[in-house]
Amino acid sequence: MSSIKVRAKAAGDVVTVKALMKHPMETGQRKDSSGNPIPAHYIQEVVCEHNGNEVMTALWGPSVSKNPYLSFKFTGGAKGDTLKISWSDNEGKSDSEEATIG
Amino acid sequence: MKSKRRLFLKGATSAGLIGVAVGAGLLKPVRVLAAAWPKTAFDADTTDAAMTEMFGSTEATESGDIKVKAPDIAENGAVVPVTVETGLSSVESISIITENNPAPLSASFNLASNAEGYVSTRLKMGKTSNVVAVVKADGKLYSASKEVKVTIGGCGG
Repeated sequence: MSSIKVRAKAAGDVVTVKALMKHPMETGQRKDSSGNPIPAHYIQEVVCEHNGNEVMTALWGPSVSKNPYLSFKFTGGAKGDTLKISWSDNEGKSDSEEATIG
Repeated sequence: MKSKRRLFLKGATSAGLIGVAVGAGLLKPVRVLAAAWPKTAFDADTTDAAMTEMFGSTEATESGDIKVKAPDIAENGAVVPVTVETGLSSVESISIITENNPAPLSASFNLASNAEGYVSTRLKMGKTSNVVAVVKADGKLYSASKEVKVTIGGCGG
């Protein structure tokens, strides 16, 4: 199952995108119960494409909350268009999800 | 082409690879927003250092055209909703800096020309801090800030 939930809604010419990603977003500053540091593990980059064209790229540090939420808006989208969101983290893992603008 | 692109996107996690793909004509040569992840800016431990690493300058003009929406008091510093909206034209990027966090630069959003000046996300805050939005528009830097009081920090263990 994808780690990303995406909703994209067109109102007139403006498309509002809301995305929720499942990710621990570990800062690297916390310690586990035995006092060992928990290594940093967080999403560094989120790319959003509308019909194959990039509309937004988010660069994130570890201070973005766990299970990050992201919302933005763009013009030029229409109902039925494809929206793709991909993330990649500092461990080289990645995931992506496509949604249809509704 | 379609299947190639699919494969490519699965593998391409770094901006470098995207750059190569653009060079190879796999992607349309539109403005590519994905710069390399700016490690030095995210590692910087002061606002000024983060600004210098990110933008090459600490000078940002305060602008009434930028609104930072965040709670006055955040009971839980682990999840602080922050929304930045701007009416400035030709917005290239919106960055959010949490001044009192161990690493102040929290997030930076690069926007295509058809994106609106609007981003919303949720941040962790270690303690009460100014949340500064830095908007790069038409090559210039503008900023606005809002203080968020944090009762329980979200960065410690």
